[in-house]
Amino acid sequence: MSQARQKKEPLLRIAKRDGISRPAAYGIRLIAVALALLVSGAFIYAVTKLNPIEVYRGIFDGAFGTKRRCWVTVRDTMMLLCIGIGLAPAFKMKFWNIGAEGQILIGGVLTAGIMRAFGSSIPTPALLLIMAAASLVGGCIWGVIPAAFKAKWNTNETLFTLMMNYVAIQITSYCVALWENPIGSNTVGIINQQTKAGWFPEVFGQAYGLNVILVMALTIGMYIYLKYSKHGYEITVVGDSVNTARYAGINVKKVTIRTMALSGAICGLAGFIAVAGSSHTISTSTAGGRGFTAIIVAWLAQFNSFVMVLISLLLVFLQKGAIQIASQFNLNDYASNIITGIILFFILGSEFFINYRVIPRGKKEGNGK
Amino acid sequence: METEVAVQLKHITKRFAKVIANDDVSLDIYKGEILSLLGENGSGKTTLMNMLAGIYFPDEGEILVNGKPVTISSPKDAFSHGIGMIHQHFKLVDVFTAAENIVLGLEDEGRLDLKAAAAKINEICKKYGFHVDPNKKIYDMSVSEKQTVEIVKVLYRGARILILDEPTAVLTPQETDRLFAVMRNMKADGKSMIIITHKLHEVMDVSDRVAVLRKGRYVGSVSTSETSPQALTDMMVGHAVTLNINRPEPKDPTPRLEVSNLTVYDAMGVKRLDQVSFTAMGGEILGIAGIAGSGQKELLESIAGLQPISPGASIRYRPIGHPDAHEGLELVGKTPLQIKQAGVSLAFVPEDRLGMGLVGSQGMTGNMLLRSYRKGRGLFTDRKSPKKLAEEVIAELDVVTPGVNFPVRRLSGGNVQKVLVGREIAQSPSVLMTAYAVRGLDINTSYTIYNLLTEQKMKGVAVVYVGEDLDVLLELCDRILVLCGGQVSGIVDARTTTKEEVGLLMTRFKKEAAQI
Amino acid sequence: MTGAQIIQLLQSAICFGTVIMFGAIGEILTEKSGNLNLGVPGIMYLGGIAGLAASFFYEFNNPDPNGLICLLISFGAAFLVAALGGLLYSFLTITLRANQNVTGLTLTIFGGGVANFFGGSLNTLAGGVGQISVAATSAVYRANIHNITNLGVFGQLFLSYGFMAYLAIAAAILMAWFLNRTRTGLNLRAVGENPATADAAGINVTRYKYLATCVGAGISGLGGLYYTMDYIKGTWANDGTIESLGWLAVALVIFATWRSTNAIWGSYLFGLLFWVYQYIPGLGRKDMELFKMLPYLVTILVLIAISLRKKRENQPPASLGLAYFREER
Repeated sequence: MSQARQKKEPLLRIAKRDGISRPAAYGIRLIAVALALLVSGAFIYAVTKLNPIEVYRGIFDGAFGTKRRCWVTVRDTMMLLCIGIGLAPAFKMKFWNIGAEGQILIGGVLTAGIMRAFGSSIPTPALLLIMAAASLVGGCIWGVIPAAFKAKWNTNETLFTLMMNYVAIQITSYCVALWENPIGSNTVGIINQQTKAGWFPEVFGQAYGLNVILVMALTIGMYIYLKYSKHGYEITVVGDSVNTARYAGINVKKVTIRTMALSGAICGLAGFIAVAGSSHTISTSTAGGRGFTAIIVAWLAQFNSFVMVLISLLLVFLQKGAIQIASQFNLNDYASNIITGIILFFILGSEFFINYRVIPRGKKEGNGK
Repeated sequence: METEVAVQLKHITKRFAKVIANDDVSLDIYKGEILSLLGENGSGKTTLMNMLAGIYFPDEGEILVNGKPVTISSPKDAFSHGIGMIHQHFKLVDVFTAAENIVLGLEDEGRLDLKAAAAKINEICKKYGFHVDPNKKIYDMSVSEKQTVEIVKVLYRGARILILDEPTAVLTPQETDRLFAVMRNMKADGKSMIIITHKLHEVMDVSDRVAVLRKGRYVGSVSTSETSPQALTDMMVGHAVTLNINRPEPKDPTPRLEVSNLTVYDAMGVKRLDQVSFTAMGGEILGIAGIAGSGQKELLESIAGLQPISPGASIRYRPIGHPDAHEGLELVGKTPLQIKQAGVSLAFVPEDRLGMGLVGSQGMTGNMLLRSYRKGRGLFTDRKSPKKLAEEVIAELDVVTPGVNFPVRRLSGGNVQKVLVGREIAQSPSVLMTAYAVRGLDINTSYTIYNLLTEQKMKGVAVVYVGEDLDVLLELCDRILVLCGGQVSGIVDARTTTKEEVGLLMTRFKKEAAQI
Repeated sequence: MTGAQIIQLLQSAICFGTVIMFGAIGEILTEKSGNLNLGVPGIMYLGGIAGLAASFFYEFNNPDPNGLICLLISFGAAFLVAALGGLLYSFLTITLRANQNVTGLTLTIFGGGVANFFGGSLNTLAGGVGQISVAATSAVYRANIHNITNLGVFGQLFLSYGFMAYLAIAAAILMAWFLNRTRTGLNLRAVGENPATADAAGINVTRYKYLATCVGAGISGLGGLYYTMDYIKGTWANDGTIESLGWLAVALVIFATWRSTNAIWGSYLFGLLFWVYQYIPGLGRKDMELFKMLPYLVTILVLIAISLRKKRENQPPASLGLAYFREER
């Protein structure tokens, strides 16, 4: 038993990096994105037998091929970004708000309901304000409920917010059944298609101009809020250590609830933008999984709003491209989820190489920069 | 005694990032001896032993067991060579029983038979004089019981070489004696033991030989019978240091904090503080002694407004310059923010520096901001004055950091401590509470901290110093309050008391409870 | 409500429960190793589509498919592909130390994408038309002995299910035995509670985490297989049902306080709550949608209840969600 077995030194060893320069970190991320593009291309090639150059041309064409496609890409980027902006404060506080889907839907349902009910009686500018306010409040409530339980009894927020999504989905289903138009279609149809009452007006001649203005304002505002405001500082401290926050006299319960109110409200507003500024209808797929994707957008950007713009754009660009190719080949839209998954896996994996070094056997550990 | 070599370490080097933890260390361990591995905090003792135990892997050098070179790349490898380590932070699963913990990871044939394991555990206990209840859950055990489980675990695996990492740090003097008796039994049975410690009297008491490490390098080894504490200290620190801590007489001591009938229960409903009453004076250092977990943490946190306090308690605060003016300000029931807003300048250096006290992901500026971010009207924080303060702390306390925005989490333990102490003292407090303020610091930095505390005392601040090293408590403080099982077992004059007296007070209530 | 309706309701509840029971048992194994895998919905998707695709290609190329082969290849493919999903999660979270929640969510997006893409496109890709369907394989999964034995109500209630309903119960009991009565189970629980301790005791933490996560994912994937083969009779629907069932499986783990035997009755209870709306007289279509909230609302209530009473034995594994790295200091 005590026989001394001669064993080899481990093949690879891992050591924490002391710090990495910014360009090197971005270099690693770029390599990850490039690899993800290669794998995505290979996947598309495998199912369509489209030659690789055509694949990438197809993706680009799908995202930016026409002026309309460009605007759709921009619109969807703004949508994903808006949700990511909403989630950033919650996640920075380490509050796992998996419930953006529900918060978006509640905002969307309220918007659609008001649009239907008052489209003919209230002028559009006032209507837009009312709808925006209602969606903010709705999303806010949806965010505050789990936050209050978390603050009071430390109830697991990951699962609470998740379940809130399904409650919101069922409410949406109920409203879709209630507002069905035409009867038997199981959809609400385009609301106020004739009058366009409660729709976003064109700005600078662009249908989605207002979406861009609203979301960019939120992006800049959130950057300043998190980085320079007192509230933002409190969020940072709570996210870092609840005990340190208590030590510093920060009311953790208050900050938790306040931050989730903000987070939920912005997600609710995303529902308003989705309905009034884009689809002009409501269904259970109005959120369409973006509430989950946006979590990863916020996380990967480390809650930096401007990095979120880039990641959102990258994801939407690939999704649009994949959908375009899929429809060419009579395949379905879910190809875009596969591509999203691939690219996120690669970026997630790349963080390791930013934080750690891998030392092959036999190599001495120099001062690894 | 036959001096047959059990384990040889040859030219071992280990680095963590840019820090060299062990630099070309060579060391022999003989069969049937107790070897003390002596060195200051951060001298690389634990790192070196972790490589023997398979926790770390050396960057350079080789290890020989019974004369044969071996590769120890996992704890399993270490066990297979008969090496077992009892870590300072126990490696036990709280929700498991003693027996489950002991058989954990074994690759015996057949199904899990906890009864057979219990029988074998009892046999080992009998042989060496331990007591362990195999079916008791770890979370129900005292520190000393947990340590016994650790030792039995290692023996159960047939270890012939035992490494004990600061085993006495958490024990009372009486428990320490019992441990040493068991160690002598094991030595008589032919086992080799390495005990990591920095307590010289224990070294002299229990070991046959002493090996000394300094700043990661091997200094040498001597037979215990041929050395003295003074000689060992010289080996350990490299140059003679003044062991005397400067302690001026208290400066017009006036009551600052009057604590009475303080009782605290934790979240699990366990009583942590029981009717604690005392007065902390401005202009003196009040030491708090006690074995780990006797209520020190809860006491400081209660004063800071961080613990729910049972009814009937009172913590009265008298501001500087108004000792008798009024009956003082009641702190019980106030949140930390309310205490601050009431004008009480309370500085608090908690035990868990990064977990409470500091914001690890922020730089020094962001951490200075913790105490001042509310200042000024408006929605935004002022970062200019915290930045200035950070620069001052760097200059005054020699903090080594690449910059004021470098995350403090990535600074070394000593520098982290300086950031925290620097910020707290900068508040010009009227009460300064510190928990284990020098834990993990080298001797020079420790003295810097002692001097800072004394400086605060001379400014009329009420300093509360929770410590673990009795020698320091006796030399630094004016009075010492001893906690035992959440109760005050005595308040003694630090100038006249003895270590034995304090040691006894630390365990008094335990004995009484045992008699009932 | 008539007796026949009650029996029907219980039958639906058990079928529904079987899907999420597989998901929950697999996730219990995974979580016991300290990995919180929010990719369960994605993994169930992968299991479902892999089983379906495997038998589809077999049936597509063999006009006279053999029942046993149908069973073996679909079962094997479902387990294997789901386990591969677990492997991907393990590689990212254990080896590359990515955040567990984010990785799990990505896996859910990815698994859902793969399953719905191929579920909707498989027939097109293979040159066929219309919906995918695997009648022969489904028949094997749906075979039950109630029709042969004819034991009346007893038969209807207890013998009228495909073999996987019984397999789920067996798996739950076996899982409890494994975790509590074997050395490997003890070691695995130690890994989830305190990996540093397990490591110091000579347990290969990485290997345990990988194995538990992959096997756990394989078991969860069987939930997807049961759903496609038995529950919706060997077809595919891009309606997101598997995703919502997957999240219910995650909720069930908490509901069962990490004990697989509790997951048995818990899953049937969830099934009962899910289907009860069909048996309440006088509900319009709108109201039915509201009633479908019930299982989610109950899960929320259970979550709150668990957070209110903090029993030591009911807490999650202590290191759940945390990465382990030995040389951290």
